[in-house]
Amino acid sequence: MTAVAATVASTTGTTVAATARRSRLGPAAWVALGFLSIVVLAAVFAPWVAPHDPNAGDLLNAYAPPSGEHWLGTDGTGRDVASRLVYGARTSLLGPAAVVLLALLLGVPLALLSAWRGGTTAFVITRVLDVLFAIPALLLAILAVATFGVGLRSAAIALAVAYLPYVGRLALTAAETERRLPYVQALEVQGHGAVRINVRHVLRNLAPVLVGQGSVAFAYALIDLAALSFLGLAVQAPQADWGVLVSDRDAILKGHPLGVVAAGTLVVLTVLSLFVLGSRIAGEDRR
Amino acid sequence: MTHYLLRRLLGLLITLLVASLVVYLSVFLSPGSPEQVLFGSRPPSPEVQEQVRQYLGLDDNVVVRYLHWLGNVLTGDLGTSLITQQPVAQRIAGPALVTFSLVLYAGLLIVVFGVGSGLLAALRPGSTDAAVTAVTSVATALPAFVAAGLLISVFSVQLGWFPSYGLGQGTGGRLQSLTLPAVALAIIASGLVARVTRASARQELASEHVQTARMRGIGGARLVRSHVLRNAAPPVVTVLGLQVAGLVAGAVVVEQAFGLGGLGELLISSVQQKDFPVVQAIALVVVAAFALLNLAADLVVMLLDPRARAAAA
Repeated sequence: MTAVAATVASTTGTTVAATARRSRLGPAAWVALGFLSIVVLAAVFAPWVAPHDPNAGDLLNAYAPPSGEHWLGTDGTGRDVASRLVYGARTSLLGPAAVVLLALLLGVPLALLSAWRGGTTAFVITRVLDVLFAIPALLLAILAVATFGVGLRSAAIALAVAYLPYVGRLALTAAETERRLPYVQALEVQGHGAVRINVRHVLRNLAPVLVGQGSVAFAYALIDLAALSFLGLAVQAPQADWGVLVSDRDAILKGHPLGVVAAGTLVVLTVLSLFVLGSRIAGEDRR
Repeated sequence: MTHYLLRRLLGLLITLLVASLVVYLSVFLSPGSPEQVLFGSRPPSPEVQEQVRQYLGLDDNVVVRYLHWLGNVLTGDLGTSLITQQPVAQRIAGPALVTFSLVLYAGLLIVVFGVGSGLLAALRPGSTDAAVTAVTSVATALPAFVAAGLLISVFSVQLGWFPSYGLGQGTGGRLQSLTLPAVALAIIASGLVARVTRASARQELASEHVQTARMRGIGGARLVRSHVLRNAAPPVVTVLGLQVAGLVAGAVVVEQAFGLGGLGELLISSVQQKDFPVVQAIALVVVAAFALLNLAADLVVMLLDPRARAAAA
């Protein structure tokens, strides 16, 4: 959860450049940021926000319509839908956060190394990314789940590997442009070490691109992880997760789609907000 | 051009080789073994188990098994399913047909609605543009598994127009049962294609050569067809290729939601049963289809755009 908070926090401005940009975020991006903040806060403070225990069933009260007691009604085993949505935000945000952080942790050093060394190193790294790019993310995730067992952890690790080429290629292009700038050569001539130049200077200038790309990748990771939970391969059924909640086929067929619709709406709004915010940050940066 | 094509096909072969190795290792490393799945909860005597293991070739060295499999594939033999003893090609043919008709159907929808709404937004600035752009933005954030639930709820449960589960009989029935899945699958990609089409067409509309054409008195359909569309097409085709290729793997979600019996569902069940030859074959088919669709899109771009031809040569 701290990772999610960090992602959102860094988009609002931990760097000087981001603070300067804040006023130019635009109304749509502000709305998106507001919505995401609410979702993150609800996830962090789920025990206080949720009106009921998300797993407490009451079979006599199955498929209850919305009421003061149950804002969004109950599901097939009488569990409170609103509470399950609030708790579901936890896994639904934590998973993608892990995917994006891991992909960045793997991809950014590779990109910096490739841009710095060039030659054979760059060739090998580019080829590895190319091959990974050719294997669809869902295919890789299904195989990883088979190898390391069903669950959020294997699915998240597999998706991080699958997202590596997307994150890596973008970081690589940006790092290569940066590498050719005079200030990098000036620092080199002054005798600063490669690691120091990359971490203190290059990485810092790449940050806005990475944050913008990171939030878009976060949105896609949210979709893919929820899809894997929907397939029963990531988060498992009794636990609340947006993907699990959307997969409640029984409720749809019995004509009680409210919980499914609500979970689906949360997925769509969260993804849309991340897109709006991410493209805004990345778009601002290009100028 | 020939040189380019050969280079791309060689790249595809290397990718397939690496992918097959990755798949092989992942199945090899996964816990459990095929004969345990076959025996179920009542394992026979150790002697029989050993016979079965030998029959299936499970005791050979990993490298030997992989090379043996690879040699067979290169001669066109995908092997036999460890679980059903069917030839793998026969086992995956039906599901592959389902998945490819689903992808084809969704692909057509993406072309019609994605390109269509993108052009509409570009050609009618103002309120039409704003409305279309709002709808396509939401579409880019509407995943197939969410759309599937909504579509089943409205069109199957409430209206009863389409089946919610299973593949229909005959061409008409098949088409009817594939409609909701194809729509669910096409939504995100249609939104993305619409956005790229709009941006690309607007750029062409504002370009000098289109203004010149307008001044020469060329207008309406002819201007759009031969001056805007032709030049706006290459980026749209690239995105279309990427998106439709992505559907080959992404289809698994709607296959499962609608119980169509496609390739993705077979992959998941085969993975659970450790049916290695089937998993391997499906992975290869998916990776190859993904790469070939992307290659096809690149070739179409080269046909449309002489600059792309020059860059490849």
